Amino acid sequence: MTFEQVVFYGLAAVTVFSAIMMLLQRNPVNSALFLILNFFCLGGLYLTLNAQFIAIVHVLVYAGAIMVLILFVIMLLNLGDDKRLREHLGLRMYFGIAFSVALLVELLYILGFSSANNYTQQSPAAVEIGTVEYIGKVLFTKFLFPFEITSFLLLVAIVGAVILAKKKLIQ
Amino acid sequence: MVLWDESKDMIPLNHYLLLSAFLFTCGVLGVVVRRNAIVVFMCIELMLNAVNLSLIAFSSFLGDATGQMLVFFVMVVAAAEAAVGLAIIIALFRNKQTVNIDELNILKW
Repeated sequence: MTFEQVVFYGLAAVTVFSAIMMLLQRNPVNSALFLILNFFCLGGLYLTLNAQFIAIVHVLVYAGAIMVLILFVIMLLNLGDDKRLREHLGLRMYFGIAFSVALLVELLYILGFSSANNYTQQSPAAVEIGTVEYIGKVLFTKFLFPFEITSFLLLVAIVGAVILAKKKLIQ
Repeated sequence: MVLWDESKDMIPLNHYLLLSAFLFTCGVLGVVVRRNAIVVFMCIELMLNAVNLSLIAFSSFLGDATGQMLVFFVMVVAAAEAAVGLAIIIALFRNKQTVNIDELNILKW
């Protein structure tokens, strides 16, 4: 096992573990904490793919902003006790598990025949692509219009969040 | 004869895609099975991240920056979605006193 393999399989194992634990936890705070662990491991996996800028932004945005917001809402709504949210093993749960397993089998089946099997190592250009310089260059030339649309989307989200969370939405 | 095949030591693209497929399935399972709206919300984030992982894997194995740009925009959409979605959850809780999605059925028919 080389260093790369140890890092990848270690991070992948923790990612899978934390995703499963997130589903199994009854307390939403514990779910959120496992999801944060998951996000940190995904950031590490992005680093193994030479995507340095995306890795840093991922940790900043997801673990830093989104999860703080989610934890804040959990504590604001005082959802610590899950007694009112009894999650019983209904028929729907078995159907859900069956369909998820079917989806996983389908995805693995497709992956087994895809041409992705031919790619055994990263492109030599990958080191250059992940840098801030290269990403900035592409973002502000080729993807300038989507980038500007993004700012509009964020504006809409800000206005929407303020209006929705205002008091007395429905009289 | 090649004594040291370096490509054997690299992680193939398939392993990243397998991990991504598994994480996506975890997210789908959580959305279908869990009843707490906030946990469903977190599972959606997990699905977005699974797709991000496969996009970055493709980007760096194919040597094309477009995948990383797409991840950038997915992150922006996820941030906007988190703000609006959590505001909706707060508004729902204020009106119905619950975040159990089984009880939130006023739009059902």
